[in-house]
Amino acid sequence: MDLGRSLTCGKFSPKNMSMSQPAIEFLGLTKDYPRGQWKRGVIRSLDTLTFQVEEGEVFGFLGPNGAGKTTTLKCVMGLIFPTSGTARVFGRSIDDVQMHREIGYLPEQPYFYDYLTARELLDYFARFFRYSASEREDRVAHFLERVQLTPFADVQLRKFSKGMLQRAGIAQAILHEPKVIFLDEPMSGLDPIGRREVRDIILELKEKGRTVFFSTHVLSDAEMLCDRVAVLAGGKLQGIGSPAEIVSIEVHGMEILCDVPPARQLPTELAGQAARSGNRYRIQVPETQLYDALALLRGCDARILSVTPLRPTLEDYFIQLVEHPKGTSTPAAETGERL
Amino acid sequence: MMAGTVAINTFREAVRDRVLYNLIFFALAMMAAAVLVGQITIGIERLVIINLGLTAISLIGTVMAIFIGVGLVYKEMEKRTLYSLLSKPLHRWEFLVGKFAGLVLTLVVNTALMTLGLAAALFYVTRAFNRADASILVAVYFILLELAVVTALALFFSCFPTPMLSTLLTLGLFIAGQFSTALREYGRVAHSRVLEVIFGTIYYLLPNFHNFNAIGAVAHGDAIPRALIVHNTLYALLYIAVVLLGASAIFANVDLK
Repeated sequence: MDLGRSLTCGKFSPKNMSMSQPAIEFLGLTKDYPRGQWKRGVIRSLDTLTFQVEEGEVFGFLGPNGAGKTTTLKCVMGLIFPTSGTARVFGRSIDDVQMHREIGYLPEQPYFYDYLTARELLDYFARFFRYSASEREDRVAHFLERVQLTPFADVQLRKFSKGMLQRAGIAQAILHEPKVIFLDEPMSGLDPIGRREVRDIILELKEKGRTVFFSTHVLSDAEMLCDRVAVLAGGKLQGIGSPAEIVSIEVHGMEILCDVPPARQLPTELAGQAARSGNRYRIQVPETQLYDALALLRGCDARILSVTPLRPTLEDYFIQLVEHPKGTSTPAAETGERL
Repeated sequence: MMAGTVAINTFREAVRDRVLYNLIFFALAMMAAAVLVGQITIGIERLVIINLGLTAISLIGTVMAIFIGVGLVYKEMEKRTLYSLLSKPLHRWEFLVGKFAGLVLTLVVNTALMTLGLAAALFYVTRAFNRADASILVAVYFILLELAVVTALALFFSCFPTPMLSTLLTLGLFIAGQFSTALREYGRVAHSRVLEVIFGTIYYLLPNFHNFNAIGAVAHGDAIPRALIVHNTLYALLYIAVVLLGASAIFANVDLK
């Protein structure tokens, strides 16, 4: 399966055909790191990354660990410098520090000044946007409430859990209501409730017309939130498209979960494809044989608990991408416009 | 404006990290010295207490400037607190200037409080202040100028990811700066044009801390010439500006981990 081709041969989306200025443009972004004791060789961490993100999109940046996701974000933030190429946010170069007024950034596993309270941290960051004292106070209170940290507003960050730090990080990223928000693994380290809260915040930002660019390796997050995703592996763009295109690829079977009464036996036709735990069976059948299998189960009074299509997991994609990365990005992927 | 915001936060960090706790040690040392000096010296109480007090102020300030200074940037890089900060509309040079100003502010507050302690100890010993005591403030001012130069050097080395080496280099320059005048003299008496040029160049590159030391003169009640005050002020400002420019040029191209 060629993931790159699969992701770049879909339909046009009206949003992607927009002629307006893109929110984010990556223009051949490349990053090399010196390698070896004498630093004579280089490791290419990002390889001519070229695509666009449109205004108002929630855009997922997918890839396994080491794919180059964080490197990309660090280049945009000016934390590291590209070897060649550049990126633009609403037409402004990443070298322009005033561009940072338009963006918010949540680093991966954020760490803040642990001697500050959450309120002081947000107040500190708000000062860089030249708000008046009363405006800072209002904003800080509002965004602490938004990430549900109001009860802990005056607690020093050194006493915060990882999840609370993540929420403080999100608050500082959206404090100045930026047009584009970059989130590096925003769900990382969060419990299910925390993940839902972050998802709600991202959706709320989308409703307000903000552009959200977030990196993740959790496909379910991307499925739930993203208008489009790009997949990165080995520093190269492997494809770009909607999550629906990813998850609709290659349903390679169906899984039936059922309970068979103790007095009855699983039909022999299905026994070879079933895994048993007490009276419960997990049966995998080809998609074409689903209805036959269900008929057989009905015949033995089985109670069907669920029927689930079997798709490759994102891990499968990642493994494939890592083992067989594309040598070069497809032209479609490079423009970032055609699906 | 932006640098000021960073400076205030740097000062707040120092205060919350209990850096100013050294003042307790200083206060206890001055109290003990005042009591002891009153008992074991006759006629030179003022000289001893001023010498002791100013030397302690200089020493404590230098230790703070070096050990906090070398961590100013390195700590922010290592702990990745810089990630969120530099995503704000803040130039890297503004961050550096802010960190520098924050530590200098900490040192000024620390030194001011220690000077009050010295004044109290002096009053305890001499039971009165005289006009010559005002020159203590000039010596304290020189100490602050020296500390600001040391802070700039520490900040410069803090841009490199090796805190131990940064500490050693800053400490080395501080010690070399105490003797840089002697280095130039050595070049002059070497009877070699080459050596004279080499030592002369090193002399101008190294900080010259010799002129900042007015402790002895003040303790003996000697007046400090106005020209020296102006010279030291201009020299410190120029040296700090050059070092901070160098640090900014280096840090502007550093890839954060």
